[in-house]
Amino acid sequence: MSTILDSDRVADLARKVVADHDPKSVPIPELLGAAYDAGLSWVHFPEGLGGLGVSRGLQAVADGILQGAGGPVPLGLNPMGYGMAAPTIREHAQTDEVKRQWLRPLATTDDLWCQLFSEPGAGSDLAGLATTAVPDGDEWIINGQKVWTSLAHRARWGLLLARTNPDVPKHKGLTYFVIDMHGAGVETRPLRQMTGQAEFNEVYFTDARIPDAHRLGDVGNGWNVAMTTLMNERTALGGSGSRRGAGTISEAVSLWASRPHRQTPVLRDRLTQLWLRAEAQRLTSERSRASAGVGGPGPEGSIGKLVGAELNQQIYQFCMDFLGPEGILYHGYDSGSRIGERDWQGPIQQRFLRSRANTIEGGTSEVMRNILGERILGLPGDLRADSGMPWKEIPRG
Amino acid sequence: MVEKLADQPRDHSEFIFSDEQNQLRAAVRKFCADNYDEQTVRSLMESDPPFDAKVWARLGGELGVLGLSVPEADGGVGGTLVDQAVAVEELGSSLACGPLFGTVFLAIPALVAASAGAARDELLAELVEGRRTAAFAVPDLAGTLGEVTVTADGDALTGTVERVVDAGAADDLLVAARGADGVALYAVDASASNVHRSPLATLDLTRPQAGVELSGAPGRLVAGVDEAERVIEHALQVGSALLAVEQVGAGQHLLDLSVEYAKSRLQFGRQIGSFQAIKHKLADLLVDLEHARSSAYHAVWALSDGSDDPALAVSIAQATASAALSRIAADTIQVHGGIGFTWEHQAHLYFKRATTDAALLGSAEQHRSRVAELVLDVLDGSAADRAPRVADGTPA
Repeated sequence: MSTILDSDRVADLARKVVADHDPKSVPIPELLGAAYDAGLSWVHFPEGLGGLGVSRGLQAVADGILQGAGGPVPLGLNPMGYGMAAPTIREHAQTDEVKRQWLRPLATTDDLWCQLFSEPGAGSDLAGLATTAVPDGDEWIINGQKVWTSLAHRARWGLLLARTNPDVPKHKGLTYFVIDMHGAGVETRPLRQMTGQAEFNEVYFTDARIPDAHRLGDVGNGWNVAMTTLMNERTALGGSGSRRGAGTISEAVSLWASRPHRQTPVLRDRLTQLWLRAEAQRLTSERSRASAGVGGPGPEGSIGKLVGAELNQQIYQFCMDFLGPEGILYHGYDSGSRIGERDWQGPIQQRFLRSRANTIEGGTSEVMRNILGERILGLPGDLRADSGMPWKEIPRG
Repeated sequence: MVEKLADQPRDHSEFIFSDEQNQLRAAVRKFCADNYDEQTVRSLMESDPPFDAKVWARLGGELGVLGLSVPEADGGVGGTLVDQAVAVEELGSSLACGPLFGTVFLAIPALVAASAGAARDELLAELVEGRRTAAFAVPDLAGTLGEVTVTADGDALTGTVERVVDAGAADDLLVAARGADGVALYAVDASASNVHRSPLATLDLTRPQAGVELSGAPGRLVAGVDEAERVIEHALQVGSALLAVEQVGAGQHLLDLSVEYAKSRLQFGRQIGSFQAIKHKLADLLVDLEHARSSAYHAVWALSDGSDDPALAVSIAQATASAALSRIAADTIQVHGGIGFTWEHQAHLYFKRATTDAALLGSAEQHRSRVAELVLDVLDGSAADRAPRVADGTPA
């Protein structure tokens, strides 16, 4: 429950952090560490764990002051850490000691995090995954392969979903762990994508070991724990607030302004439709944020991921159609270079190619529509051919 | 808690409804369930006039929802346009029969915006109480005044206004007329002998129209030439925002209806809502509805607190809500299959309302054109300077 008192307290604390640690001069980890110690990393977390135990809606108050004074957007620096790992750790780690051990270096960005869910054989059907975790004393031995892991090559810790029991239906045999990415038996290889670059990785586990103290939630309860992560991922992907006309649509609008000779009435209407869709979604995100401040996100929240992904593709497709022959050149595929999550300075053609992943990553648009239909509208689930079957008997391929 | 939030800075309060507004919503919903159930709507829409004047008077006098944003000094409740919108959404949800469009969307906002005066004060009080109803005989062009076809010779008005919603049963007509000095807004007693009204058969039976012919009809000045254009433009903007909210109410009703049907209708031995072809269609309707809701209420908030350019906010709302309700109404019929095409099923009532609302006060396309003018046609060199890099074939 948010009150004016809470809001004032958050604002006072944030002002003190920027007064004592000028964001324009101190190193980022120092500023973010001070914000963590003041309880401003996730204001709804408990005190002592980077929070103040106040309404989540007040995060905007803290972020406004910290970022307004020149501080970074932490979600951009440690996206899996801030967006997914932190809420999962807070809710499911075994002891406060372990929580503290992970959360502060996560908050300072000294430790980056990655998410080890998808596998070559388990994309949308994530619960069908095959990486195994076998107990050995007070440790677990991990074997298998993960894919599409952003930041695995820079991450210190990984959120791992693995199969601990193949004899029960697929959702019931999973357990959730945190794995040391620097440990023995963990190998990370770059995965080249259609833009020519390697933004993601494949990660191979060969007898890698995890102490049982690094298990999140009960054995066999991994699916429920993973839901914490995924719901936060979708909020993180779909929940960014912005000014009117900001974001991807601004690229199309400035491109439009830069080439008057290519403007036609038909393209103008197409751009207007995209602008309107972006604006309606922006307002919907604002409404979602407002309702989150008074008691949790409404149905609006789940829409952002779906719309944002499709809109991105449509906007970049528009840019390409607008550019015509100018658009079908590239800056070369020979780099095969590593790029980070924030490296979006590439040319418009690269963004166009990259946008094809938007409707796949973080839940395909088909899965997102299932979620809207089933969880928001309450429609019945799909018929499933593997319903109730032990995982090991489910056909795979 | 809500009271405390209301005291927070403005950007926190947009989209947050107060406890009072939630109670208002519940009260109007209950009133509609009691007085505008489907059978009642069906019988009213084929009556003459196509609404129950006694029930309308109760909406004004008893429930007090016809002039929620009218200042108390003018006999209203002294609330905000958000309050009015909440009531309109519920009335739209049940296709409540009555001159909502002419009286609540347009005439009352015009009178509120006009300077105080005998004709204006007296009429406003009667409309708010539901004792009289009015129609807005003013041609419009997507939020602005259209071509005025009535002339004023002193206070005698002459001319024809085509297709005026709610004019057939209205007690008063608000008429824009051009005199020697320019356009002014007048109130005309519809029962005067030199006012001739020709009822028109409409696609949507719940939203009637009539042609209006004036031959020297006596007009009482409501807004003089100095303010008439501002008053009319304001009324058209408020009307467009409330129309968008009505579209949201109707859209929510249809989505609920379609979802319920998709859960109960069995084919191939399973609920049709378990097929992704149906499920994903309904998910898309949910997205469109939520977009319409956000943009409609944003326009309402912009008009009540000046936080955004009302012309742009209203055109965004109308472009979004008209397109959304049209699609939802069409897909409601599709999801229902054959039964959705029958006279007996309610889908067609809403489909016709959707088609009508989309055409009134500017189509989605007209408002989209306005948005293009306001957003794209005003770009300058600084926008071009921010253009993203375009690869030119030179290796990076």
